Amino acid sequence: MSLLSKKSTIVLTDPLMNNNPITLQVLGICSALAVTVKVDTAIVMTVAVVFVLSMSNTIISLLRNLIPARVRIIVMLTIIASLVILTDQVLRAYMYDMSKQLSVFVGLIITNCIVMGRAEAFAMQNKPGKSFLDGLGNGLGYGIILIVVSIFRELLGSGSLYGFQIIPSAFYEAGYVNNGLMVLSPGAFIILGLIIWAQRTITNVEED
Amino acid sequence: MLEHYVSLATKAIFVENILLAYFLGMCSFLAISKKVETSIGLGMAVTFVLTITAPVNWAIHHFFLQDGALAWVGLPDVDLSYLNFIVFIAVIAALVQLVEMILDRFSPTLYYNLGIFLPLIAVNCAILGGSLFLVERDYTFMESTVFGFGSGLGWFLAIASMSAIRHRLRYSNVPPKLRGLGITMLLTGLLSMAFMAFSGINL
Repeated sequence: MSLLSKKSTIVLTDPLMNNNPITLQVLGICSALAVTVKVDTAIVMTVAVVFVLSMSNTIISLLRNLIPARVRIIVMLTIIASLVILTDQVLRAYMYDMSKQLSVFVGLIITNCIVMGRAEAFAMQNKPGKSFLDGLGNGLGYGIILIVVSIFRELLGSGSLYGFQIIPSAFYEAGYVNNGLMVLSPGAFIILGLIIWAQRTITNVEED
Repeated sequence: MLEHYVSLATKAIFVENILLAYFLGMCSFLAISKKVETSIGLGMAVTFVLTITAPVNWAIHHFFLQDGALAWVGLPDVDLSYLNFIVFIAVIAALVQLVEMILDRFSPTLYYNLGIFLPLIAVNCAILGGSLFLVERDYTFMESTVFGFGSGLGWFLAIASMSAIRHRLRYSNVPPKLRGLGITMLLTGLLSMAFMAFSGINL
């Protein structure tokens, strides 16, 4: 890639697979699962998190030499909370139904461990450009897992994808039944557990 | 009236468990549930803080931020509800700090037991989630307090049972790639299914 240097490319792509924030760093599962019943809510949530994460990383990195170490947590929280308020207001103004469906989970991006984690671990030590890429990469890595989980849950739980019916009605007439468990919370835990298993088998990671 | 609160508490503890039905507080749940003693410590701290922050945030929302709430100072048209997030998180951080100092002064044993967990709690999704839920569901002051306490207790129950399961898990033969996070997620799914069995209860 000529647009970015080799190092920047690694910062951007590493979190997508080899160092995924959800499956390997174990961050940000909090609000991730509740919005995965349908693919469209998962996509909106992904966009919101990518925006908040890349912007908060950039802003914190720009201010990193001005923030006193003792009060850095509260400064970070304020920056993140302001960005989340912005996102929430935009969603309410332009996608009201969607913001009703996401309910409190947009607000909970504030306490999403990924945002704080990346600010603390990356943005406080690196230049703004690199921090932006790190935020972008981690946001997308989080989004990929979210969207994969939601694809399984919507397909198995409602027989549709992005609102379109996928499983033909002939199947239902022949006795096929949607798996109601997938729509409920246990389905999310189990699907994510299996995805983590598959992902760790591919990247060859073991925990003791 | 009492039945109403009992039913609200039962709902918050079992049926709509804040962790197992709404996935709040998963980060610390996954990180801390390796040991039984620490899980119980964190569970107690979460219950404590949630019981305090829920009514305080209710009052702040009701008297300052809600649409038209500032009528008592002569500003009936002001709607500050967009400030909810930032004010709630500041209140939570400040209260956690306050609780820490009060405990340190008056109850050293409790401080010793909860002390290391209190700073972690400020960024626990369950605490902020509890406050946001009570705004969304229009609870009254008493309902918020009961809801806060019930949610905390439900979280405590979930992390305590999970740590006990993980303790037993050490002696079982889990496929290597599934160890750690993977098996914990699957077990949480089963635990969540077990809690869903309570959903028929109606007091």
